Amino acid sequence: MESLKQELLELLQEDCRLPLEKLSVMTGAKMELVAQAIDEMEKDGVILRYRPVVNWDKMHVNRVEAMIEVRVTPQRDMGFDAIASRIYRFDEVKSVYLMSGAYDLLVLVEASTLKDLALFVSEKLSTLDTVTGTATSFVLKRYKQDGVIFEGRSSDGRLVVSP
Amino acid sequence: MSERFVSPRVKDIPPSGIRRFFDIAGTMRDVISLGVGEPDFVTPYHIRNAAIESLLAGETQYTANRGLLPLRKEIAAYLSDRMQVSYRPETEILVTVGASEGIDLSLRMCVRPGDEVLIPDPGYVSYAPCVTLAGGVPVPVKTEMSNAFRLTAGMLEAAITPRTRALIFPYPNNPTGVVMRKSDLESIVPVIVRHDLLVIADEIYGELTYEGERHVSIASLPGMKERTVLLNGFSKAFAMTGWRLGFACAPEAMMEQMNKIHQYTIMCAPRQSQVAAMQALRKGRENNYQDIETMRRSYDRRRRLMVDALNGMGLDCVMPEGAFYCFPSIRRTGLSSDEFCTRLLNEKRVVCVPGTAFGAGGEGFVRCCYATDIDHMTVAFQRMKEFLESI
Repeated sequence: MESLKQELLELLQEDCRLPLEKLSVMTGAKMELVAQAIDEMEKDGVILRYRPVVNWDKMHVNRVEAMIEVRVTPQRDMGFDAIASRIYRFDEVKSVYLMSGAYDLLVLVEASTLKDLALFVSEKLSTLDTVTGTATSFVLKRYKQDGVIFEGRSSDGRLVVSP
Repeated sequence: MSERFVSPRVKDIPPSGIRRFFDIAGTMRDVISLGVGEPDFVTPYHIRNAAIESLLAGETQYTANRGLLPLRKEIAAYLSDRMQVSYRPETEILVTVGASEGIDLSLRMCVRPGDEVLIPDPGYVSYAPCVTLAGGVPVPVKTEMSNAFRLTAGMLEAAITPRTRALIFPYPNNPTGVVMRKSDLESIVPVIVRHDLLVIADEIYGELTYEGERHVSIASLPGMKERTVLLNGFSKAFAMTGWRLGFACAPEAMMEQMNKIHQYTIMCAPRQSQVAAMQALRKGRENNYQDIETMRRSYDRRRRLMVDALNGMGLDCVMPEGAFYCFPSIRRTGLSSDEFCTRLLNEKRVVCVPGTAFGAGGEGFVRCCYATDIDHMTVAFQRMKEFLESI
């Protein structure tokens, strides 16, 4: 079951719209077993959500993103978890990671304008008690995300027919 | 006019059965090809990088005829590790320009004028022409779908004459995807020994088997090493087709002579390809051949998908257990292999290779390669289905 789950995750990470029949054919496991494995992973919180990888640049919508390096003072008994949870509750925040290295938390933020984003940092993020410093970098261009290359996809260099 | 300079031996070799499809497909847009014969992976980064480093270090000279000794040592270790055969790197291993060169060398080494060489049919396109060019007579041994395209002792026995010199033994097989298991090998070995045949074992797809059992080299069976030339290479297992690097292994008495031909015609395989191959094997030994395993698993999934789709369209297909091809029967369409592939290309822009490109025994079959990404394969299946409904 564990190896089936791993295999299913590999396949779903490539394309989460693969139907059960195809997953069953490709793994060689019975359809009921595949369904059960996926069900279990959804219940156990291994699979949290199925979402598309979107190239927003092609949609001409107002959208700015930034990566913010945040330095914080960890709290007694709670470490970084308490402050992280305060930060990830903001709707603007898309991802939060605890990092090793020069800063503590990496926060990915999304807003519709540059001003909104700047205000989020100055009014909401920087003012939190334990935040001791932030460094904001705006995303200018997305080349690759979640293993998907956004532009200049490499074409198949093979001959159309070969023996 | 200049044709008078061309030897009849060359002129009489029929042109490759796939050339025409290549030409037609080249003029079309939106073609999906199931006609390729190589991995859809790029050579792993660390292997490419080793070649770059070697170039930057100025390693641009010839190597020893037989190939870099450290590479031959790696090959020997790899073979004993993965294929349970043991060859001496100094005297029994030759690094070649693809396994293709090995086919030519081994045939030229053994064939005397008029000698017959047995070739399982369908089989890879090069064997028969190489036998002819070596001055021998290619003798196809027809294998049957009803028998999962396996070669049997009976088939062999029936094809052997006093002139039979050698048997080309290409498993896992291109185009059928068939493997010969240990028990299959054990049943034909006595025939080979009784008739004192040389076996030219083309094991280029040896790493790509799927039904839980690893490939068994015929050279690993008792008494077989002394009558076997083992051919293999890096193209399929490590996705290194364009590097043109393979190797041949044989007992010293034969290898000495093969090396002579190699030395006078090739000199040595390209140095950077040898360096890259060395990296492939070294890293493989360290990480339990992870590169191969990753690719093999990916092929395996797509193999199941393709067989399921073909059977779903009503095209019978033996479950291929190796290589990366399906070889479905198209007999129920009433079309010949060539008609089927030509019409499929013209009407639906999908390329398959007619089975007849691999010998007369391929009539009624087409070769479909599943080293193709799933999205493209899915569209190709849809088009094939429409095509089948239209005829």
